[in-house]
Amino acid sequence: METLYNWFVKPFQDMVSAPDFLMQVLWEGLVSGVLYALIALGFVLIYKSSRIFNFAQGIMVVFAALTLVGLHEKGVPAYIALVLTLGVMFVLAAVIERVVLRPLVNQPDIILFMATIGITLFLIGFGEIIFGGENKVMITEQLGIPTGSFTFEPFGGFVLIEQKDLTAVIGAILLVLVLLLFLNKSKMGRAIRALGDDHQAALSVGISLSTIWVLVWFIAGVIALATGIVWGARAGVSFALEVIAYKALPVLMLGGLESVSGAIIGGLMIGILEKLFEIYWGQPLLGGNTETWFAFMFALIVLLFRPQGLFGEKIIERV
Amino acid sequence: MLYRTAGQFKTSYAADHALFPVKQDAWLLMIILFVAFVVFPLTASEFTINALLVPVLIYSLAALGLNILTGYAGQLSLGTGAFMGVGAYACYKLITIFPEMNIVIAIALSGFFSAAVGVAFGLPSLRIKGFYLAIATLAAQFFLVWLFEKWAWLYNYAASGAIQVPNIEMFGFTVAGPGASPVTKYYFVLIVVTLITWLAINITRGRIGRMWKSVRDMDIAAELVGINLMRAKLSAFAVSSYIVGVSGALFVFLWRGAAEPNLFDIPLSFRVLFIAIIGGLGSILGNYLGAILIVALPVIIGTLPAFFGLSISSSTVEHMIVGATIILFLIIEPHGLARFWQIIREKLIMWPFPH
Repeated sequence: METLYNWFVKPFQDMVSAPDFLMQVLWEGLVSGVLYALIALGFVLIYKSSRIFNFAQGIMVVFAALTLVGLHEKGVPAYIALVLTLGVMFVLAAVIERVVLRPLVNQPDIILFMATIGITLFLIGFGEIIFGGENKVMITEQLGIPTGSFTFEPFGGFVLIEQKDLTAVIGAILLVLVLLLFLNKSKMGRAIRALGDDHQAALSVGISLSTIWVLVWFIAGVIALATGIVWGARAGVSFALEVIAYKALPVLMLGGLESVSGAIIGGLMIGILEKLFEIYWGQPLLGGNTETWFAFMFALIVLLFRPQGLFGEKIIERV
Repeated sequence: MLYRTAGQFKTSYAADHALFPVKQDAWLLMIILFVAFVVFPLTASEFTINALLVPVLIYSLAALGLNILTGYAGQLSLGTGAFMGVGAYACYKLITIFPEMNIVIAIALSGFFSAAVGVAFGLPSLRIKGFYLAIATLAAQFFLVWLFEKWAWLYNYAASGAIQVPNIEMFGFTVAGPGASPVTKYYFVLIVVTLITWLAINITRGRIGRMWKSVRDMDIAAELVGINLMRAKLSAFAVSSYIVGVSGALFVFLWRGAAEPNLFDIPLSFRVLFIAIIGGLGSILGNYLGAILIVALPVIIGTLPAFFGLSISSSTVEHMIVGATIILFLIIEPHGLARFWQIIREKLIMWPFPH
């Protein structure tokens, strides 16, 4: 009885009795949800256009953030460093396409997946040699991101919203809108989607596979840079950032590997739910740190009922 | 020339299905077993045994377990490290609750615990496939490692949160723990690994193995010819997790001597996956070749720069080189090292003719 009460009644009582704290938790969850959604978006783009499950997305976030901060430390002004980092991400995309992906065209999925883990390991070593392994501080102010915070007082309580989180949310929304416009309206975007639907048909109407792959990996690199800036501003830039890539995986399960909107909605859902679970169930009842697995378990349970994820394409099996 | 098959006739169906259709394969195996059982223990130094031979054997066993699931039954799993952990913690609890228990029995039993956990996390495989399933096995990975950390009963409420292997005796010899000699441990691991490999070879080429392979190649077609998908997939999860669990118990009890929860974290899973893939999916031999490569590579990288008088911190270079090697091997031979051996063997049988 006691256990049942603790599990099913008390958390909700806590929520109702302190609505301001609940709002704070929801906001925090929303912000991390936006970041998960961004990373998941990088995965989805690459998966849609090349059927590659890109495990390196996480390390690309770290690598982009490290390059930006590293260049700034060398004395390059912040905005020029930003442009240069974009250049580096483009070169990285081109090199990955040329060296890794092109020789592996038409290999089974698992081989390509393994290759992206190889890329991850390589970039970890490469990044450490060039920029060193120590933690760095993101150049938030130099990039013109406001760092103050608002407070407001609903229900007689008090909620704190950091301006950089707000900037992150707005920036992410803008990025996603631009991306959706690009994918849906531009010629290149249509080519990417065509490639995602059917490789051979796309090739036969004259879409260049390698150009599109470089482009897609570059877009994933830009998303990685955006994620890196935002997450770096919250938690500092270090290789530990790589683990947030794992957080994007349940988002993908939940949203479906091919769905852009699924990635966004799944990301927000997981961000908010895992925060709620951690605060109201995890810390009082399970000893905390449940964020490492909650999202996976949640996605697993959802998947048992909808095997293609919430928004994935319906799986049609032909024999 | 060495592999000439002239004069080896097959006169019955039994001979056609024999484990070694070519005599030289059997001789080669005898030589390898002789080297492993007699030459290595007599000649290898303590360092070689601890840093190369024992880990190669244990990692090959883990990769063998994973290979049964991924290579034979076609279910991609990223949770191997956690299942090794289940085996290790189960063995530790058995040893501490029943101190009189023979370690062989404890290790054999601990496999059943990880098999049970494996089947539980394998249940989603009935509904979901491919990468969705891979991510689902990550749920096992993260949840179990979290459990190892938070459930204090598992490590007997030790303040460090780690498990320590006590000295364990068997027939008057200390076989595990800090007091055991490397050669004893090596023999112990070698015998267990040889036995399980022998079992695995026979399972995979028998009825169950054929069932798994048909599920791997096309599960709908397998279902249509009357294979029970649930039984096929869950039995693959069970056998695979059993072997992985045993390798986890060996990993802690006969090699590391102590373990913290984060030892079983995702890098271990990936390392085992590398071994299985670089060695060759769907091959037993491949696990050994892959393990030799992956275990020996860091040792070589650790000693080479010093040999040439260079001083680079070896852990960063190690990441780079291991990453590059993986990509290189995937590009050269996506079917793994086992395929290399197969090609060489075919060539040798045909020699001196090109076809």
